[in-house]
Amino acid sequence: MSDIVIETTSLTRCFGALTAVNSLTIQVKAGEVFGLLGPNGAGKSTLIKMLITLLPPTSGKARVCGFDIARASCDVRRFIGYVPQLLSADGSLTGYENLLVFAKLYDIPRSERAERIRIALNLMGLADAADKLVRTYSGGMIRRLEIAQSTLHHPSILFLDEPTVGLDPVARKAVWELIERLRTDFGTTIFLTTHFMEEADSMCNRVAIMHLGNVVNVGAPADLKASLGDENATLDDVFVHYAGNSLDSGGTFRDTSRTRRTAQRLG
Amino acid sequence: MILQEQGARLSGSVETKRPCASFGFTAIIRFVKKTVVIAELEARKLLHDPTELFTRAVQPTLWLLVFGQVFTRMRAIPTGDMRYIDFMAPGILAQCVLFVAIFYGIAVIWERDLGIVQKLLASPTPRTALVLGKALAAGVRCLTLGFFIYALCALLDVKLKWHPFALAGVLLVLLISAALFSTLSLIIACIVKSRERFMGIGQMITMPLFFTSNAIYPITIMPNWLKVLSHINPLTYQVDALRAMMLAGGASQYGLISDFGILIAATTLLVILGGWLYPRVAT
Repeated sequence: MSDIVIETTSLTRCFGALTAVNSLTIQVKAGEVFGLLGPNGAGKSTLIKMLITLLPPTSGKARVCGFDIARASCDVRRFIGYVPQLLSADGSLTGYENLLVFAKLYDIPRSERAERIRIALNLMGLADAADKLVRTYSGGMIRRLEIAQSTLHHPSILFLDEPTVGLDPVARKAVWELIERLRTDFGTTIFLTTHFMEEADSMCNRVAIMHLGNVVNVGAPADLKASLGDENATLDDVFVHYAGNSLDSGGTFRDTSRTRRTAQRLG
Repeated sequence: MILQEQGARLSGSVETKRPCASFGFTAIIRFVKKTVVIAELEARKLLHDPTELFTRAVQPTLWLLVFGQVFTRMRAIPTGDMRYIDFMAPGILAQCVLFVAIFYGIAVIWERDLGIVQKLLASPTPRTALVLGKALAAGVRCLTLGFFIYALCALLDVKLKWHPFALAGVLLVLLISAALFSTLSLIIACIVKSRERFMGIGQMITMPLFFTSNAIYPITIMPNWLKVLSHINPLTYQVDALRAMMLAGGASQYGLISDFGILIAATTLLVILGGWLYPRVAT
């Protein structure tokens, strides 16, 4: 089905004795904004790394844009964009050069390169700073440049690992407007991780909550909130309910979850 | 603003996508193009900030000016008819290449910490092209230092060979050996993964590579155990080729064909190994 752009089947990744992602099965539809939530160490980054073909799975399968991540990794990479959590634009190059190098790496034809870069710079509000070294940019500018780098080739799916972390509210809002625009104008599917629940609530069509390598619940934010049975519940409550207290050790998750569920019922 | 352009792909058009060419002529062209882009990226960085090249020129200057001149007067090392400064000049050029190239691994760890490596790995660029592109960039860096050392040698009256073929040969040796040692460095980076550990290991291998080669003394005066080490050290073949092509009246001890053969074979092997190990640095 071409409507599903990401499909994993029992996807598992172990690091020695640790199972970072445990037999995970999810589906992401074309054109949706899919948020991956979970405490640190839940396996979010490992999952993204497998989907963008940086890390081979230990077992299980995944198809991204219709291609198998293990057997056709090069094909997968042509149709996705990736913005890592770290500010990864090259500080010793100018904004324009950062875009030019990626335009070449993503096989954008020479005749289209200049125009695509110009459009991207305008869209990101970086046209005036294009010829300045990136190390002189602000955090928000670098983030916008990175999104431009990763979307020059009009990817079918854009993977963003905590895109708004460390940004001030204005820059954060600008990033979200860009993401929304990519989705409406290009139909780009957005797959992201975030720690900001209010963002996930307002921006994501569906979210998956991960804990200890498992997806503990998937659904539209409204449905997840409704599932708690409290009409005033926020996504924060949902997160705490399913992911437990991240300060607890891994083994006590089930207990915490059970306790909270009980408390909820009693409440 | 209308962003929808002609040719813009929408999700769902998966069926129309052409698969990646993984072999044949198209794949080779793609590989070469990507390699050049990665090298271009490095060259652009160097253009923005060339100070590193000046600081890197200090060490070979000291070796040639101080060590070279003193030992030439002492005649402590038997180099036949050749003056000692002539003998060591190719060795110092080789050392320069080694020291520049061995720095590449730490740059990769640094770029990993910045997220640059991950983004490159997530782009449709063959892993070996990422490695070879870096290697080629190391070569470009070494060439600029090569010009400097030639100028310094000319000032010190080293008997240089100026035939265009000889110069082209030296250029080729510099490119290949820079690729060889930078890839070796990158492989170490992929294994140790941390800057601290790399610093230790980098130190641990550069000096032995230098001292077990024929860079600053002839193999004939080495004890037997050192001769064995010297013969498995690629730096020896680099120096041997440089000595033949750089110096007027210089000759190769092992033959230029074996020198080039060994250097090219070792580089190819390391680039393939590096391409295989490269993703490890990001995980």
